[in-house]
Amino acid sequence: MISLAGRDILHSWGKFVFTGIGLGLLIGVTLVMAGVYRGMVDDGKVLLDNSGADLWVVQKNTLGPYAESSSLYDDLYRSVLAMPGVAQAANVTYLTMQVQNNNRDVRAMIVGIMPGEVGQPGWPPQLVAGRQITRSHYEAVADIATGFKLGDTVDIRRNRYTVVGLTRRMVSSAGDPMVFIPLKDAQEAQFLKDNDAILQQRRRTTENPAFNRPGVPGLLDAVIASQSTNNYVNAILVRIKPGYLSHDVGANIVRWQRLQVYDRVQMEAILIGKLIATSAKQIGMFLVILAVVSATIVAFIIYTLTMDKIREIAVLKLLGTRNRTIASMIMQQAIALGVIGFAVGKITATFAAPLFPKYVLLVPSDSLVGFFAVLVICVLASLIAIRMALKVDPAEAIGG
Amino acid sequence: MSGKGIRIEDLKKRYGTGDAAVDALNGVDMQVAPGEVVGLIGPSGSGKSTLLKCLGAVIEPSSGLMALGDEVIYHNGWKVRDLRALRRDKIGFVFQAPYLIPFLDVTDNVALLPMLAGIPNDEARRRAVELLTALDVQHRARAMPSRLSGGEQQRVAIARGLVNRPPIILADEPTAALDSERALAVIRILEDMASQFETAIIVVTHDEKIIPTFKRTYHIRDGITYEEAGEGRLLNSAGKLT
Repeated sequence: MISLAGRDILHSWGKFVFTGIGLGLLIGVTLVMAGVYRGMVDDGKVLLDNSGADLWVVQKNTLGPYAESSSLYDDLYRSVLAMPGVAQAANVTYLTMQVQNNNRDVRAMIVGIMPGEVGQPGWPPQLVAGRQITRSHYEAVADIATGFKLGDTVDIRRNRYTVVGLTRRMVSSAGDPMVFIPLKDAQEAQFLKDNDAILQQRRRTTENPAFNRPGVPGLLDAVIASQSTNNYVNAILVRIKPGYLSHDVGANIVRWQRLQVYDRVQMEAILIGKLIATSAKQIGMFLVILAVVSATIVAFIIYTLTMDKIREIAVLKLLGTRNRTIASMIMQQAIALGVIGFAVGKITATFAAPLFPKYVLLVPSDSLVGFFAVLVICVLASLIAIRMALKVDPAEAIGG
Repeated sequence: MSGKGIRIEDLKKRYGTGDAAVDALNGVDMQVAPGEVVGLIGPSGSGKSTLLKCLGAVIEPSSGLMALGDEVIYHNGWKVRDLRALRRDKIGFVFQAPYLIPFLDVTDNVALLPMLAGIPNDEARRRAVELLTALDVQHRARAMPSRLSGGEQQRVAIARGLVNRPPIILADEPTAALDSERALAVIRILEDMASQFETAIIVVTHDEKIIPTFKRTYHIRDGITYEEAGEGRLLNSAGKLT
């Protein structure tokens, strides 16, 4: 038996191909939307992986440092380092801001890292060019997504930094590329006010009789010094010794240091379950809408194509064609349209994904699920046209 | 009548019920022998299309009898379970417009019916080409219907009607869209095919130029058929002049 659907498609291939391309662009958008979500999840995981930490020590009763703000004294890491099972502990600060470079600015996450050596928690694990930070001030390692080059100077607050190294896939959970600078500089950047505000604050402090007592000459200087320095960090990244369980080490830190500790699983749950949950729902809604729109378009197209063939269907029925042959013809055409659309959509998504400013991760399993979803949508969408075709009276071919 | 051919006795069809009931067929009697081409003539609303639909097993008559050769297909109810298969295997249709399937080439338009009946594609196409040759359109075998002239399309439609070797062909105004020369050619083809394949052919027509070509003609008026007896005289089902 010849394929009626195939012959019809070959006969009016232009209609099918152009309709398939239109549908394909819609499917492409759907795949990219799924890729955006996957990219957000992957960014979160990469953030955790690249931090090199087994535990995140943060301010008590907070979900810091990524989902909520968290402040810890910067000397706390020493006591954490002394806890059983802790191999390394390092302070870290995170600050998202616009970084200036040659009259343009780039949104980036400024990461303050402690002096040390490669492999210390918080440090960029690998570089694609240049070297790690070796000086205590004014050097930066930037993710290549910032667009900075080796030797570039970038302005962060009032200080100018030289880019000495470039790294890659070091991004925040929001997808902003990271710029690593020395911890002290980062603490200053988090706290530093403009000169006028500093003068204003000093004047207020000086004029406050509680701080400016005649009998206590060093008090005012001490207060002003404490107001203009920042002794806080956002988190302590901890790497545990082999043979220790992260749960046990974390429980000890919580008990003795009155802090909040999250392990990798918990931090991933915070990032994916809380931080990007709203965005994920947003994308989910878009996916549902796109699926409904796709189904409506396929249904409308197949219905229109079937309506165009109503006389032929009446003739086929009059000549004794079985209902299932006619239904199969319509369903095969809907599926063919879906296959063409999916192929176009997949190609579109593959070529369009790198053009997006944030990371778009196209996962093969999503494509597979998408393919079967498209087939199901096409089959369901064809049911309306099939119902209509089966109701066609063969007598219409005779007329009268 | 024995063998093939068609026999219709006292066929009636009523649309609607009660006061709204309309008797479209009021007792039709017809007999067409194998190899015979008869004309069916009547004004609009006389019941031609209803009769054609009943004969084509598209609508169910209200009462009466229809038989294809020795096989009674309707006697106050369908006697055949699968009307679709009946239409496919035993009734050929030729329409006013050819209604060829636009996305199949000429050969496959003709071969489609045997294929639907389960005959292998090669055999179905061989039969199609044989008929196309008989109808002198074999040179357009690979052409799409849109590339054919009106006469060629109608010949392909006739080939499609004949391809399953049905005992009966119902032709609904097959020459309406053709000029005189082509219309007469189509009737000649139908006569040739009827005698070659022992097929009974009923041609419904308004076409004055082809009516004289029929050896026998039925007139239908108010749902009743009369056979023409020459010189404008009509015989009713009892064989009496009316």
